[in-house]
Amino acid sequence: MIRRVEERAAELYQQGKIGGFLHLYIGHEAVCAGIGSVRQPQDHLITAYRDHGWAISAGIDPKIVMAELLGKQDGCSQGKGGSMHMAGTSLNFWGGHAIVGAHIPIAAGMALGDVYQGIKDAITICMFGDGATNIGFFHEGLNLSKVWDLPVLWVCENNQYGMGTAVERASAVSEIRQKAEGYGMPNERINGMDVIKVREEVSRVLDTIRKEGGPYLLEIMTYRYRGHSMGDPDRYRNKEEVKKWEDEDPIGILRNYLLTEEIASEKEVDEQEDQVEQIVEEAVQFAEASPNPTEEELFDHIYAEPTPIEYRGFKMEHEREEN
Amino acid sequence: MSRMTMREAISQALWEEMERDERVFIQGEEVGVWGGTYAVTKGFYDHFGPKRVRDTPIAEAAIIGSAIGAALTGLRPVAELMMINFAFVAMDHIVNEAAKLHYMFAGQFKLPLVIRTTSGGGRQLAATHSQTPDVIFAHFPGLKIVSPGTPADAKGLLKQAIRSDDPVLFIENATLYQTRGEVPEGDDVLEELGTSKVQREGDDVTIVAYSKMVPAALKAAGMLAEDGIQAEVVDLRSLRPLDMGPVINSFKCTIRAVVAEEGWRSYGIGAEVTARIYEAAFDYVDAPVKRVAQAEVPLPYNADLEQLALLQTEDIYRAAKEVVYG
Repeated sequence: MIRRVEERAAELYQQGKIGGFLHLYIGHEAVCAGIGSVRQPQDHLITAYRDHGWAISAGIDPKIVMAELLGKQDGCSQGKGGSMHMAGTSLNFWGGHAIVGAHIPIAAGMALGDVYQGIKDAITICMFGDGATNIGFFHEGLNLSKVWDLPVLWVCENNQYGMGTAVERASAVSEIRQKAEGYGMPNERINGMDVIKVREEVSRVLDTIRKEGGPYLLEIMTYRYRGHSMGDPDRYRNKEEVKKWEDEDPIGILRNYLLTEEIASEKEVDEQEDQVEQIVEEAVQFAEASPNPTEEELFDHIYAEPTPIEYRGFKMEHEREEN
Repeated sequence: MSRMTMREAISQALWEEMERDERVFIQGEEVGVWGGTYAVTKGFYDHFGPKRVRDTPIAEAAIIGSAIGAALTGLRPVAELMMINFAFVAMDHIVNEAAKLHYMFAGQFKLPLVIRTTSGGGRQLAATHSQTPDVIFAHFPGLKIVSPGTPADAKGLLKQAIRSDDPVLFIENATLYQTRGEVPEGDDVLEELGTSKVQREGDDVTIVAYSKMVPAALKAAGMLAEDGIQAEVVDLRSLRPLDMGPVINSFKCTIRAVVAEEGWRSYGIGAEVTARIYEAAFDYVDAPVKRVAQAEVPLPYNADLEQLALLQTEDIYRAAKEVVYG
């Protein structure tokens, strides 16, 4: 589903229907599908800008995701956030944050909120890329989570490139998990291409955190098949490398698993895929039909409380009344 | 009414709000065991305990970032940045996260966060520790910027800021902590955010000020009165939203104004207020509005040099005389 939504999104981007940046998750899907399948409803989930997969796996309807990509009123952020800023807080999915690493201290605070309010068994799952582990926010956030013993699962989705710069060209240690050592934090590196394995490993780690508390860092090895964003010339890696990882396609791995373990027949898998195709097409139709946000909506949500707003040099209606 | 210092008024506001609402907690550098580097939270740690009075590492992005996260889960954090100069280290979390999240996610949640900090110079702390960059933060829609000039306003505004569902940057001035004033008693004495207030009435000239410049302007008004000039002092109290109502009303009566700010003049509060006076009351203008501010230098350590750079009461007095007599 995530793969098909994004393939369609890439087409819509080429057609000019999606604006701004579009960072595709293609290749990473086993990570969010695996984690999403074991995350409990009380667990907060927060991620970076490559967030479409997370939005869908958190339970946001692909229609709503697609509407947000097209900047429409029915989008999860009502057309104000776009590709990088999707959230569904009723599903405990807290976005979609586009400043590299900035959401990391925020995640620590969410875990603090749970501990403070005595909410038992809640874990904050915070996703970020390998690139984010070189910025100060990461280190401040990890340190705080350990000092305050906060129940956070820090997850680095290591796709081996921070934009176009390979991990070893940007990070003093190429194994990201080693950075947790400096904070006395348990850590592991796992394979992120096999959804069943991701699910098992993450489930085990979540159990450990629920039992023993405290933060934990997981480095999940993955690969993005497409560019960093749609504007990526992809000059920094060779075709053989991409090909090698494409052989490990998480969707192919899952398909093989379902067939060899006889969980599903070829026909059933095909039917499932057709169904996905249908849902995605409906999502696109829904998004295209969804209205554009109105001019009034431009001013909604700047503040939670009623607050005077200025519109360029002209006065807003309520100000005109005053004077 | 009881007479107390600005420090006591702020401390009392915090204390009362923490007593009133379990969700309110404090975090920052040395707010707990130390008792606050300006002694504002003295006694809090012993009374409220380490859960609600949280000492943090010296890591401003973590202080503000984690306070944002806690606010998202329904708490009402009061995060303290020892000085606004250190807010630059947490700039992203203030202007890119706190100011934006509610809008960018279409109001799916509230962000009831207060950031308390101190601004201003005059304590020989040299260039990096003496700035008044309040206006930078006021530039961003999504934040509320409050900066009181009297103990009574400090208490009422801080209590309201803590009860607000929006992120508020509450800017105090360390050199005002010892100033005294009458403060109304009672748990529910609140002052509305985003409202200016006339602190002294007069017909001859309007002096617009906020924070440390309010007592300075009042003093200048006293000096002007001896010369037979009645100055009206309008205290902005909030920089965003900026309430120009009382300023414009006053200016329409006095037709002359001085805007006094502690920070640098270029692109400053004075520039904003002056432009708005011209926009709203151009037909009333009798003399160009005078903006007075700090000399445009990084503040030096030497006490005499520093005072030379800072705006003095006499400067406000002189500026008012200039706009009155031309």
